Amino acid sequence: MSALLEVADVGKRFQMGGILGRQEVRAVDEVSFAIAADKPEIFTIIGESGSGKTTLARMILGLERPSSGRILFRGEPVHHENKADRLKFMANVQPVFQNPFEAFNPLKRVDRYLQSTARRYLGARDKAAIEAAMDGALQKVGLSLAEIAGRFPHELSGGQLQRVAIARALIPNPPLLIADEPVSMVDASLRMAIVNLLKALRDDFGVSVIYITHDLATAYYISDRLIIMQKGRVVEMGPARAVLDNPEHPYSQLLKASVLSADDAGAGNLKPANELLQFSNDRLSRADASRLEERADGRRVRV
Amino acid sequence: MGDNILEVEALKAYYQMSYFGVNREVRAVDGITMNVKRREVYGIAGESSSGKTSFIKVLAAAIRPPLRVIAGSATYDFGGKPTDVTVATPAEIDAIRWRHLSYIMQGSMSTLNPVRRIGRIFEDFAARPLGLSGSAFRQRVVEHLGHLKLPPSVLNAYPHELSGGMRQRVTIGLATVGKPDFIIADEPTTALDVVVQKDVLSLIKNLQTEMGSSIVFVTHDMSVHANIADRIGIIYAGRLVEEAPTRALFTAPKHPYSAHLVASLPRIGDTTQRPALEGRPPSLAAPPAGCRFHPRCPLAIDKCKTEAPPLLAVGPDHRSACWRAADVEPLVPGHGRVGVTA
Repeated sequence: MSALLEVADVGKRFQMGGILGRQEVRAVDEVSFAIAADKPEIFTIIGESGSGKTTLARMILGLERPSSGRILFRGEPVHHENKADRLKFMANVQPVFQNPFEAFNPLKRVDRYLQSTARRYLGARDKAAIEAAMDGALQKVGLSLAEIAGRFPHELSGGQLQRVAIARALIPNPPLLIADEPVSMVDASLRMAIVNLLKALRDDFGVSVIYITHDLATAYYISDRLIIMQKGRVVEMGPARAVLDNPEHPYSQLLKASVLSADDAGAGNLKPANELLQFSNDRLSRADASRLEERADGRRVRV
Repeated sequence: MGDNILEVEALKAYYQMSYFGVNREVRAVDGITMNVKRREVYGIAGESSSGKTSFIKVLAAAIRPPLRVIAGSATYDFGGKPTDVTVATPAEIDAIRWRHLSYIMQGSMSTLNPVRRIGRIFEDFAARPLGLSGSAFRQRVVEHLGHLKLPPSVLNAYPHELSGGMRQRVTIGLATVGKPDFIIADEPTTALDVVVQKDVLSLIKNLQTEMGSSIVFVTHDMSVHANIADRIGIIYAGRLVEEAPTRALFTAPKHPYSAHLVASLPRIGDTTQRPALEGRPPSLAAPPAGCRFHPRCPLAIDKCKTEAPPLLAVGPDHRSACWRAADVEPLVPGHGRVGVTA
């Protein structure tokens, strides 16, 4: 198997505090996984705030250097000193951010983002080529250049804006997208449009997506494989359906038990899973001596 | 008013602006009639720019220009003389605020003053309405924080020293320390992690049961509504389009928009294709004629384009504003479009 992305024993430590009372925070601790080049998939990273999922994404994007371990994209390290190499890497791995209203400058027309992306990564010079690239990417997300041209961010809905953000990321035809909480700021009625779009990108255009979320329901809906992170450590990883149908680690069980379900609407089922919280905190306090163990169904669980 | 603590009657609140001779009008709340019973949790669902925030601004008696109430009323009954907040004087509003009517705000980080300790923030907000001071006030606050599972030491902490969940519990504490009869909760758990969210929701629910208050609970997350609300009202483009008891709304929605909202919820254990609603919410400055949902509606007929449907009873306690309410069927995911009958 040739790997598109290989994350091997990656860790990130931050120093906090002054010269006296310095503290070390392990934001990410020995995370390993690989994404195959020949099989597009949606790889989900699940975690609460402070679990290190965004730090991991920033390291994959080369915005942050790992303190230990290595991240290889097609066999090459993701961190480039040379500007041309960096640009080449960025054309292959593109980000989509959480809040589309913050990702776009309110005073800038949204199509200018698409234009500059096309110009930079595709090296397109003449207007027709740029517009063809813009329209092609917008078509993939269910929009068209005619709808978007000349519009400011406030003239589009959150869902449309997030689709434009994804279209922008698709312009260089990257094999890998990093989507950091792409639906958490989008309204409920438009959320499924974005999630279905990520699914279509995988199925129809062969784009692999690293989908970062705290929402187990959409993760179950679209992902092939997932990892669940707690305080920087992977506690459970494996095939998405197998793990979420039957989570083994107490923290995964806690997350699943905390998902509000609409199945028994009106029953007022709000009892917090305090017992599981206790279990998962117990495990966390002993986490330093733990390791990931292989299971028969392909998952790995921290014990 | 009897059983109802709040009665809203044909309420219209518009943003009216006039700059350089150009008049602009945004019809954020356009004829909403509803009421909230005592001891009830009334859920309001709607997407951003549907007018739900403007609506609760009126309910919270925070009507400031350019928002103006054009018509209708919103009347509270807290025992004494009923108060219509659309015409009440500042003194009348002061008399009910915090003791009878309070508000849990959305972002706990921006609600709490970052340079004041939590104890001082409590004094700022609640000391005067409660008419307490000094150790009596502090005792009351500490006791109340106990209900929210917060130690008294948080009173000496600054907001940034607390976790997101604790901060949100402090804001809930601020809103409920006066044991109000009516609480408006605006997306109180949206910014929280799943584990904390459930915890905070159950706290709100317990407090509500204990104090016997009514809550208007606003969020766009239908799975939160499913678990906390007794009745749900769906707002679309400034109008109430459906209102039903929670169970009925989820099992037998009678408006295509609510049918869609319910059907698009992903569930763990189910990977069938979920429908996505096409189009975008209409601009409230120039809403479409007739039913405001018709451009996105799979059931739309010619009548929908010209005549706005009234909110009519379609079942016990169940109202829907749709000309084709009888044809709306709950959607089975993976089978065609919303509400299309075979």
